[in-house]
Amino acid sequence: MSADGEAVVAAVRAVADRIEAERSYLTDLDSAIGDADHGGNMARGWTAAAEKAAEMDDPEPADVVKTVGKTLMSEVGGASGPLYGGSLVFASPDLEDGITAESAVAFAETYLEKVQDRGDARVGDKTMVDALTPAVHTFKKSVETDDLTPLEALAKAVDAAERGVAFTVPIRASKGRASYLGWRSVGHQDPGATSTLYIMEELLGVAQERVDGTEELDRDAASPTIPDGEEGAED
Amino acid sequence: MVGLVVVSHSAKAAEGIAEVAAEMGGDTRIEPVGGDGQGGFGTVPDAIEDALDAADGGDGVVVLVDLGSAVMNADVAIEMSDVDAVIADAPVLEGAVNAAVAATSPKATLDSVREQAEAARDIAKL
Repeated sequence: MSADGEAVVAAVRAVADRIEAERSYLTDLDSAIGDADHGGNMARGWTAAAEKAAEMDDPEPADVVKTVGKTLMSEVGGASGPLYGGSLVFASPDLEDGITAESAVAFAETYLEKVQDRGDARVGDKTMVDALTPAVHTFKKSVETDDLTPLEALAKAVDAAERGVAFTVPIRASKGRASYLGWRSVGHQDPGATSTLYIMEELLGVAQERVDGTEELDRDAASPTIPDGEEGAED
Repeated sequence: MVGLVVVSHSAKAAEGIAEVAAEMGGDTRIEPVGGDGQGGFGTVPDAIEDALDAADGGDGVVVLVDLGSAVMNADVAIEMSDVDAVIADAPVLEGAVNAAVAATSPKATLDSVREQAEAARDIAKL
């Protein structure tokens, strides 16, 4: 297996574990403004995708991403299947020559374009596009203009996605099921933007481990550490 | 001849709509597809792609869809498929009936059948 292929398989596993861990939270977010199935659907899809990816014989990154996309399309159900899965399949050829800073930028841009077109959503509609767009733009700029390493660029992109998620809270939904709620959607965080952030955080985590050989994210290292045995002591 | 695919979140609804349209459609190939493949509601791109193949007689396929993710999954299926197919922006049952009739015309093309399906948006019920 190529090192890149192996890294992508590891990333898919990490995403599946994270989505599974956040399943109830994503469903809670979706029950406020949607049909309460985002956590379950995404967990089912990514778990199946991680299993498929692990079974692949000597996979290259583009093949893994395509397989993951196809699995999400058939397992997720609802609009998340074509949006997450269909866009991965569509963008996967950009990784055919492996993962480089340039191919990663191309992949991210193709993925974003497909999500926007298929969902007919733009920034401000209170969808995953609100997290994805600033993330992809930041990634591209960090690589092409600011000359950061791909890892630094990805870390910047994750920060941008995080701000994008926060941006979905105060705005009114104008796409998807949440749009039927009108002003009542205000004050709720968008589940699709949230799961998009989780996916990106896991990509960053795996990339960081591979590149630095470090076990933990700098982002995690910056958070306050709770000593053993004192968890929740201040609650 | 232009074929039709009817996509619904419910396999039963898709079958029923195809059945109604077939009454008017003569030899038109009409393929119903729906459900999540596990007995529940939903739509799956792979199943829609198979339906496109089954409906295509060489002149392309007009796809009728119900709601939300059915549109996106039909879009994905068309993207994956080699079949020349278009989604009609039309109410699924009325559109299917109109399209089935339009497809029986000797001059029918993919565009003319889609246009007739979309003309169903203007059908007043009262």
